[in-house]
Parts: sequence; C-alpha cells; structure tokens
Amino acid sequence: MSPRRPLLSLTGVSKRYATGTLALDGIDLTIMPGDFIALLGPSGCGKSTLLRLIAGLTAPSGGTMEWPMAMHDAAGDVERDIGFVFQEPTLMPWASVIRNVALPLELAGMKRRDAEERAAEWIARVDLKGFEKAYPRALSGGMRMRVSIARALVTRPRILLMDEPFAALDEITRFRLNNDLVQLWAQERFTVIFVTHSVFESVYLAERIVVMAPRPGRIAEEVRITAPTERGEEFRTSPEYAAQCRTVSLALSAAMGGAHE
Amino acid sequence: MSENADAAPAAGGFMESTLLRILAPTLLALLFLGGWEMMVRVREIPPYILPGPIAIWQTLLRDWGSLSVSLLITLKITFMALSVAAILGLVLAVLFAQSRIIELSLFPFAVILQVTPIVAIAPLIIIWVDDIAISLLICAWIVAFFPILSNTTVGLNSADHNLKDLFKLYRASRWQVLTRLLLPSALPYFLAGLRISGGLALIGAIVAEFVAGTGGSASGLAYRILEAGYQLQIPRMFAALVLVSTTGIAIFLALSLLTHLLLRHWHESAMGRGDRR
Repeated sequence: MSPRRPLLSLTGVSKRYATGTLALDGIDLTIMPGDFIALLGPSGCGKSTLLRLIAGLTAPSGGTMEWPMAMHDAAGDVERDIGFVFQEPTLMPWASVIRNVALPLELAGMKRRDAEERAAEWIARVDLKGFEKAYPRALSGGMRMRVSIARALVTRPRILLMDEPFAALDEITRFRLNNDLVQLWAQERFTVIFVTHSVFESVYLAERIVVMAPRPGRIAEEVRITAPTERGEEFRTSPEYAAQCRTVSLALSAAMGGAHE
Repeated sequence: MSENADAAPAAGGFMESTLLRILAPTLLALLFLGGWEMMVRVREIPPYILPGPIAIWQTLLRDWGSLSVSLLITLKITFMALSVAAILGLVLAVLFAQSRIIELSLFPFAVILQVTPIVAIAPLIIIWVDDIAISLLICAWIVAFFPILSNTTVGLNSADHNLKDLFKLYRASRWQVLTRLLLPSALPYFLAGLRISGGLALIGAIVAEFVAGTGGSASGLAYRILEAGYQLQIPRMFAALVLVSTTGIAIFLALSLLTHLLLRHWHESAMGRGDRR
C-alpha cells in the first residue's frame, strides 16, 4: 500500500493568549483522512483551543499547520472544508429548522430553493423529518443537537469538528446520538475530531484517542482503540470495551500526574 | 413526548392570566369612573372645576368635529417623528456596529441630545425653524430617537458569539453577517426601543406644541387643551386630554401587537408566561 497523505499535520504548534497564558505547547499531530479522533482531557488542557486552531477561528502563536491536500482560495488562505458542532446547539432562534440547516449553503451563495432541498435531506438523515418548519425553541435539547449536526454536515465537509457536543445532554439521549454519529461516520467516512472529557464516550466513538495534559496544554499519549466498525450496545457491554476504558483511564490519570486515580 | 404533556396545563394558565389581565384593570377603571361621577353629582361640583366622566364624554361627542382635526394633526406629527426616529436610530446603530470610531465619536452627542430637557430647547428650535410643523417634528424626534438608538446598539452587540464564529467559519461577508445575524439578534431590542419611543414621540409632540402655542384651525391637541384652559371650558379640556391618553395607549398596544407578531415564534419576551420552557 502506498503511504497516504495526511489531511492535516501539526508540528510544534503552540498558542499563547494575549493574557500571557500558554494554552497549548508543542503539539505534534497528524490527521489522516477518515480518522475518528477523540481529544480527551481535563478542562484547561487546551482541547477546545486546539479545535479552534484547526477550524481557523484563532491563529497559532508558533509551529506549523500543513494541509497537504487542501485547496487555496483567492486570498491564499487554506479552504478548510470544515463542519463545526459547538457545545451548545448554537441555532438561530429566529429561523426554522430548515433555514438553520440551509444556512452554510446559502452563505456560500447557493440559491435558497436548492439549499433547502439539500437541507431537507440532512434533516431526514438525522431523524428529524417532519420538523423542518419547527422553531428551535419547540425542540428538545437532543433534537436541537441533531439540527446542529445536520447543519455541520450539509456542506459535506471533509472534517467534522465537535466540541463536547453532547456534554449537556442526558445519558440516554447521549447514547442515542453517539450511535447515530458512529453510523453517519461509517457511511460517509468524513474525518471527525471530537473533544470530550468522558473516557467512556471517547472509547465508544473513536479510533484514536489523543490524551491531553493541562498547564500548558500538551499531548500526553495516544491510544488506539480496536473495535468492530459496527459499534452498538454489544460493544458497549463487552469486556474489550471495559478493558480499553481502563487503559485510557490510566493514561488520563498519568497525564494529570496521577492526581485522579 | 414529554413536551406536549406539560404544555396542556400551562395553556390553561395562560388563558386564565389573559382573562385576569383584561378583567381586573377594566373593573378597577369602572369603579373609579363610577366613584368620580357620583362624587361630582353628590357634592354638586361645578363643571368648570371638575366635570364628571359623563359630561366629558358628551363634550367629546359634541366637539368631535374640531377635536378630531387636532387629533389627526397630533397623530401625524407623532408618527412622522417616530418613523424618522426609527429609521435614523436603526441606521446609526448599524453604523456604530460597523465602526468603533464612529460609535465613540457620535454616541456622546446622542446622549447630550437625550439628557437636554426638550421643554428647554423647544423655544429655540421653534425660533430657528420657520415652519412650525417641522419644528414640532424635530422636537418629537429628539425625544423619541435615543431609546431606539441605544437599544438597537445593545442588540447588535449581543449576538451569540458562537454564531459569530459559525459565520466566520463559513466565510460570511460583512453584509451577510449584518443581515442574517446582527439585525435579527437586534430585532427584540429594536422593538423594545420602539415601544418606549412611541409614547415619547407623542409626549414630545405635545410638549413642543405647548411651547409653540400656535393658534388657528391647524393646531394639534395640545393647543386645544391650552385654549380650553384659557376659556375655562374644562370639560373640553378633559375631552382633549382623553384623546391624548387614548392615542398613547393605542400606540403602545399597536407596537406591542407588532412585537408579538414578529417575535412570537422565537423570543421569550413575546410568549405568554405559561408558554415558556
């Protein structure tokens, strides 16, 4: 097999805020197309900052970020081709579900009719068929998050960035959304970078778990997860799952200096 | 779904509160008017001191011909002032949102305009501007302008920062950010400002006319009040006052209805109490 080109490689990337705080230091990370990576760590380890760097919402203070396969736009900037799911659903409350999902397409200049047509497809794919005309306030937290995911995927991005998207949801809803996300990923094979502070969630979802340590934020260890492609309740209750949760959990406590055994 | 389950008792509560909201003040008003009429009759107070509600109502009907002409003039000034205040307030707030320098240099002057008592500068404006209608319009506008400007400015600055990031991520143009994010975010604030300014525009128009004291057939309600006062036609004075108050209430209700229609799908402020989650 010929060596594949990475989607993105970060070398010695650091981020220092205007306040002087070093949020990230010496980050080396290579992201291959189709990866499902979980960034796992305690709060303050810079995992959200890393996500924002990859999204281009903030610029690194040092190091290099290379996008070997990306196109460049007229201004010479990398066309990142990203979908982003925030911790909150972050929907426009004044717009219906379909208007919310169609937004990224319309911002890119697509005609309203075509944009809504494609938005409707994605609304159906996240199991919200029939709610196209509903306003966000009429939806439950889990349904709002589904709208947010549909909006992130409607442009068919190469990379889906998710910043603790299910942290505010109840466990039953979170499990269902986890299952649906894994399924979408298995069908579409986009690259996912998923920030979480839950060991169980990271092992259930990801192929690669990047364990991060705080002050300054850095990568402590990477754990590869072996799991069937078709994950479900069977995997969640299997001894392999439990064993890998234990490995990741140990890696996490080692990263935090053994403080949380 | 659980949402529908808790909506049912909440809807009942909403009906009840609406009924109470209309019934309670109506009852109080009737009691007050009844007591007033009774006091006037029992103590035989002459109408040039205090007319009863029935006498005021009869005067209103009798003088409707001349009073309605004045009402129309006051309404015209109020609405023109409110429209100009709304458009200029909105345009200026958008300019402020686009450029910090414009905001910093202009905002203090808007504050000066707001804190200067209109009664004190109305005579100057009336002297400087030849056309009396235009000077009244300017006075009403000065009073009505600031709440819209300051509210809309706050609204434009209060857009969800995650949504701003989202627009940045999708490389939205300045225009797209303004029309699809900032303006909708500011709409509830703009409407709240408009509701305050509706009442203020009327007050501004009345105050300016009091100061101007213009006579003739083409004057507004304020002059009718002055005139009736000079002539000791107290029932007519009250009738004009009733029209001013009714106009104020009508403006408030109309703007409240507009707010409700525009925001009912999404904004907390436009929902009944029982409707909220």
